[in-house]
Amino acid sequence: MAEYRLRRGYDIRLEGQPDEEIVQAATPERVAIKPNEFRGLKPRLLVREGDAVRIGTPLVHHKNNEALTISAPASGRVSAINRGKRRVLESIVIEPDGKNEALSFPSYELSQLAGLDRQTVLKQICDAGILALFTQRPFGTLPNPEVTPRDIFVSGFSSAPLAPNTRVMVGEHANAFKAGILAATCLTSGKVHLGLHGKGRDLSAFFVDHEKVRNHSFIGPHPAGNVGVQIHHIDAIRGRNDKVWTANVQDMILLGYLFLEGRVNPNRIVAVAGSGATSRKYYKTQLGAPLASLLEGKVIDAPVRYITGDVLSGRKQPADGFVGYHDLMVTVIPEATEPEFIGWMLPGMNKESFHRAYVGHLIPGKRFRADTRLGGGHRAMVATGYYEEVLPMDVYPQFLVKSILAEDFDEMEGLGIYELLEEDIALCEYICPSKTEMQSILRQGIAMIEKEG
Amino acid sequence: MNLIRKQFDKMRPMFEKGGKLEKLYPLFEAQETFLFVSHHRTHEGSHIRDPMDTKRLMSIVILGLLPALLFGIYNVGYQFYAAQGAGVLADNGFMPRVWIGLRYVVPIIIVSYGVGGIWEVIFSVIRKHEINEGFLVTGMLLPLIVPPTIPLWQVAVGVSFGVVIGKEVFGGTGMNVFNPALVARAFLFFAYPAQISGDRVWSALPASGLADGYNGATPLLVAANNTTGPVVEAVRSFGAETMQVADYSLWNSFLGLIPGSIGETSTLAILLGAIILIAAGVASWRIMISCVVGAVVMAFICNLAAPSDAAFVALPPLYHLVLGGFAFGVVFMATDPVSGSATNIGKYIYGFLIGVLTVLIRTINPAYPEGVMLAILFMNAFAPLIDYFVIQQHMARRLKRAKA
Repeated sequence: MAEYRLRRGYDIRLEGQPDEEIVQAATPERVAIKPNEFRGLKPRLLVREGDAVRIGTPLVHHKNNEALTISAPASGRVSAINRGKRRVLESIVIEPDGKNEALSFPSYELSQLAGLDRQTVLKQICDAGILALFTQRPFGTLPNPEVTPRDIFVSGFSSAPLAPNTRVMVGEHANAFKAGILAATCLTSGKVHLGLHGKGRDLSAFFVDHEKVRNHSFIGPHPAGNVGVQIHHIDAIRGRNDKVWTANVQDMILLGYLFLEGRVNPNRIVAVAGSGATSRKYYKTQLGAPLASLLEGKVIDAPVRYITGDVLSGRKQPADGFVGYHDLMVTVIPEATEPEFIGWMLPGMNKESFHRAYVGHLIPGKRFRADTRLGGGHRAMVATGYYEEVLPMDVYPQFLVKSILAEDFDEMEGLGIYELLEEDIALCEYICPSKTEMQSILRQGIAMIEKEG
Repeated sequence: MNLIRKQFDKMRPMFEKGGKLEKLYPLFEAQETFLFVSHHRTHEGSHIRDPMDTKRLMSIVILGLLPALLFGIYNVGYQFYAAQGAGVLADNGFMPRVWIGLRYVVPIIIVSYGVGGIWEVIFSVIRKHEINEGFLVTGMLLPLIVPPTIPLWQVAVGVSFGVVIGKEVFGGTGMNVFNPALVARAFLFFAYPAQISGDRVWSALPASGLADGYNGATPLLVAANNTTGPVVEAVRSFGAETMQVADYSLWNSFLGLIPGSIGETSTLAILLGAIILIAAGVASWRIMISCVVGAVVMAFICNLAAPSDAAFVALPPLYHLVLGGFAFGVVFMATDPVSGSATNIGKYIYGFLIGVLTVLIRTINPAYPEGVMLAILFMNAFAPLIDYFVIQQHMARRLKRAKA
């Protein structure tokens, strides 16, 4: 097992970690698929309001490739199809009937999986409508089933602020996880690389003994758990045509059950974290669950922000929103309400900061309560040298951002835009004294270069 | 506190769109965010943000400047009395010296902040952006790099030139090529050389009663003008010979009890500032260290090439570090992140060349005994080029790896 020690990065010390205790969440009254969370998907609806669906019934397919579908995570009735601005398909809501009827597919023993051929595996995944569990890089889009990825990268842990311990999540699903990894080996011409947390955890649940599986251990602060960082160190993306697929632990479990049980198993664990949530645990729930089923009556009595994913690059949701397809966690933090009197002048004992200019940085072991305060006004990029300190990649984030703003395609390419997605530079955005929207700028750059590069 | 908050909330509509004073919104905003942390919330991307902002960044720099400022005030008074001989100096202790210092330094600071601040407000109103905090630093840097005797109108003209031509024409803070305070000083230096060079301007002096044989030349000027005897000896003994009580020994120069620009004389105070900046992580230690290394290396080479030990080039490296504006320039000017190199490798090159050029200009150029200002300005111009090469090399390395 190769070991990577990453020095650069930063662990934001937040209050509100989830307890490592798995509890059953309330049975969801509605579940939803949100087509606009899949980049590159041009959805064509295959169902109408009122239609009965089973687990695995395709809800939408991609206009340019009908084999690429996204299926229902529950059996029941389509209760709503929500469209946003310019008729963008926002969500397809299903009212579960509790019968859990599912389309059925061939099932296999764990030992049989590695011997399957690519076509069989790919067809079963596409038919079940869960190919979206993979993300294709560069660009972070839905995978194209016609592409044979050079390698598949799975990050076995998350280093994001307040992120759950994936070992607890895998727990009883270890077999499904292994089955997922084995199924993934059939899809690539190269290897399945598994990035594991390198320190102090029992990882035996993750180990898969197969010639196409490579384990790598990563030691270091966030973003060591980001799959983009791991790819950079294991075998970097070399250009726009060098395509790889990525997935996380839950995605692999979903994939594994499809082959072990011959059906889509939408059960999953979602951790609830953040100082805005009062019952922070790991909840047994299902794909597409509504936030209310995890959080109803369990948030503090103050304005809060609901985030699916982590605080750095998760998505803001309304209270009646739904957990996303790849999310391991839901974070609730207080909204900033009260202005803070001469805050920038005080020593800042109670402020979480990457910068030593706040005393809070120096207090060892302390955790902080963070809210949605911007903490300053937008300025031209003044400071230098900080961004590199939190990005353990051979990349100059500040120059990349400037090349995007200048729309200089050659430079974007040269500076490594193909290796990055928003989550990878989220820490740069967090620490930026000029409050630059780096993730959003990177997204614009990726969109530009995907279209025109 | 709530009272102040309510006042702001009451006044806000007047400054917002459609209000009577809508055009002056940046002024209102600056006052409000000075007292209350910006009320903005995150809306996309990272939902939480580090409390670090440019206000904090700049205020740490001001904090770092305080030791040099306080010592500068004291030293102005010290030189004032020292010029009148040992007896007068002994009669006037700490408080009178500070009082004289304040009388000279405070007006310069007021003019610098006042005039520069007006330009800032004008430009932010025209450009409709928030007032940038960068000026807090520029407005304090300029008073510390001019002689205490500078006419106030020159401060006003200089700071106007620095802010408008040095910064705003490029688009404001963050867009400027050169350090605005240095641009202001360079402008004064070339436009009004009589008030910023020679041997009479570096100390505030009484109208009469100077000690016999008083000569207010700075150590660098002494070194530049020396023709007989070893240059080290000439510098070391100069102050005492000319009845200034304190000689220009290495130790006195390090402490800063020598004539010079207000904030530049005490290497010790500047070192304290450097510690503050580095400890708080707001200035690049890479630049500081490489500047020093560059100066030492170049001074050493100069020493080897010196035609005689009387020549300026024979001045040992340590003297270059503690004399003149070198320490101040290195700690507070060269480290300006906007006009300096942005890459870590670039910072080493940039700093090293500043050190080299400073010593070169000091010792080889016959026109100016001081070189750090021009060295930094020169390297400001080259910083983007250095970064360009670093980035090109980085991209070439990436490309090579991609093809492997």
